[in-house]
Amino acid sequence: MSGVFLVAVRVCLIMLCLMAVGAQGQTSMQASPSAQTIDSSAKIAALEQAVADAKSSGDNGWMLVCSALVLMMTGPGLALFYGGLVRKKNVLSTMMQSFAMMAIVTLLWGLVAFSLAFAPGNSFIGGLHNVFLRGVGAHPDPDYAATIPLQTFMIYQLMFAIITPALITGAFAERMKFSAMAVFMVLWSLLVYAPMAHMVWGKGGLLNAALGGRFPCLDFAGGTVVHITSGVSALVCALYLKPRLGYPKWPMPPHSVVLSFIGACLLWVGWFGFNAGSALSAGSLATSAFVATHFGAAAATLGWAGAEWLRNGKPSALGAISGAVAGLVAITPAAGFVSPMSAIVIGLAAGIFCYFMVTKVKNAFRYDDSLDAFGVHGAGGTLGALLTGVFASSAVNPMFKDARGNVMPSGLIEGNAHQLVNQLAGIVIAWVLAIVGTLVILKIVDALIGLRVPEDHEIQGLDLSLHGEEGYYWESPA
Amino acid sequence: MTKIEAIIQVSKLDAVKDALQEIGVEGITVFEARGHGRQKGHTEFYRGREYTVDLIPKSKLEIVVADDMVEKVEQAIIAAARTGKIGDGKIFRSRIDEAIRIRNGDRGDSAL
Repeated sequence: MSGVFLVAVRVCLIMLCLMAVGAQGQTSMQASPSAQTIDSSAKIAALEQAVADAKSSGDNGWMLVCSALVLMMTGPGLALFYGGLVRKKNVLSTMMQSFAMMAIVTLLWGLVAFSLAFAPGNSFIGGLHNVFLRGVGAHPDPDYAATIPLQTFMIYQLMFAIITPALITGAFAERMKFSAMAVFMVLWSLLVYAPMAHMVWGKGGLLNAALGGRFPCLDFAGGTVVHITSGVSALVCALYLKPRLGYPKWPMPPHSVVLSFIGACLLWVGWFGFNAGSALSAGSLATSAFVATHFGAAAATLGWAGAEWLRNGKPSALGAISGAVAGLVAITPAAGFVSPMSAIVIGLAAGIFCYFMVTKVKNAFRYDDSLDAFGVHGAGGTLGALLTGVFASSAVNPMFKDARGNVMPSGLIEGNAHQLVNQLAGIVIAWVLAIVGTLVILKIVDALIGLRVPEDHEIQGLDLSLHGEEGYYWESPA
Repeated sequence: MTKIEAIIQVSKLDAVKDALQEIGVEGITVFEARGHGRQKGHTEFYRGREYTVDLIPKSKLEIVVADDMVEKVEQAIIAAARTGKIGDGKIFRSRIDEAIRIRNGDRGDSAL
């Protein structure tokens, strides 16, 4: 009996060994689970990696394009938009201010500012973990964007850090020293922008809605971080520096609405990178933000132009493009949270509201916010941040979940009135930080180098007096 | 020799130039000018601020001709430039002491 049993066991063992040897790539001599199962697991793992790589490649490609689009918003978008609005003798100096941000903020970002905004720190500011871009490489940071290299995230955020201070230049156009502006912007980026970016978008940030901030403020692409901070800072600068010589009596119409027009169109197209790119991936949320952005801009154009048509009898080109920008500003915090129809309402409101801010309110208070940085960005950003709390919908983007993982309403209309409190927290913090920070920095820079150019420089024009150039040399001999 | 200065509507420049060519005037200088007589300007709006533009673009012509041509030239300009509305412009006539052709030194009427 035992002999037959032993032979049977031996036959089974031989068969098992044969199966093991016969399996592809399996060389284990031990009794292993079916070689077929191991092979399938390896294939599935390889497939999953390939899918992840493809998604990563799609997301990364999209995000790099968005980074380029946002940079284009500064140069030449904003440079043209602002350049056309000033007098001919100041066109180059105005453009130079935006261009200088592209250079100065870039270096600052790489050296320290990215770390202050996005490295782990406390509720208000990041730490120094990423100074000199240490640790910022090909590997994603899943807290921020799981499918793209951290380096992509860094360069994308850099473009935001560039355009934000560039927006402020609109307030002190035609009268600020270039050297003073450069120093001001370095300090502003460190003391105002980095903390605000950290609070809303950084890990542990007080206002970060995605990463569990104490006051989760919904700000998709920077209504508070970019527009309120820059717009309110602009107002402080305009008041501190006082109006241009001759304002408001001497006529100072834009020297080229054509340049401003081209700039505004570049801003509208670039804004898709700004808003849709804030989805940090190439999926349906990016589409949703893209669509909301576009509809907001369109509605605001009609809002401003319509209001102007009624009040002045004619809709102007400058009014139409200003309206579009106002709408883009207002939809910025809302882009990834609202439906296209809500975006239309937000845009219309912004177009009309900013029109009145820039015409009635500015004239009533007589401040020389030369290029309406506060009227459009400060006011539009504030309105947009508030309306985000009204129109945000979990159907578009489920941001809040309860303890059991059920989706909760996002905004007021959906049933979450409390969100307005969080929005207000973000708005108030942005306003206070901008006012206090800007005032302190202005005082320091004024004491160190002086802010304003002397009168004869202002009359001659900054292109000649500060940069030794003329923008247009049309009288040169043939 | 007489200098005729004519300030006319910009839109009438081509018609006046053609008319002068037809009567044989060969020398003309044209300036882009701004100004007004009794013509009112217009208002422009930029971001809610009103700008009154009262210096209106005009074309200014200077022609120097022999005295016997003066009447013909003035009539030609008026016929070509007149619309009958305020803003048509003005003609001024003045004496010229001397004219010299730079190329060869001709003087007087032969320099014209």
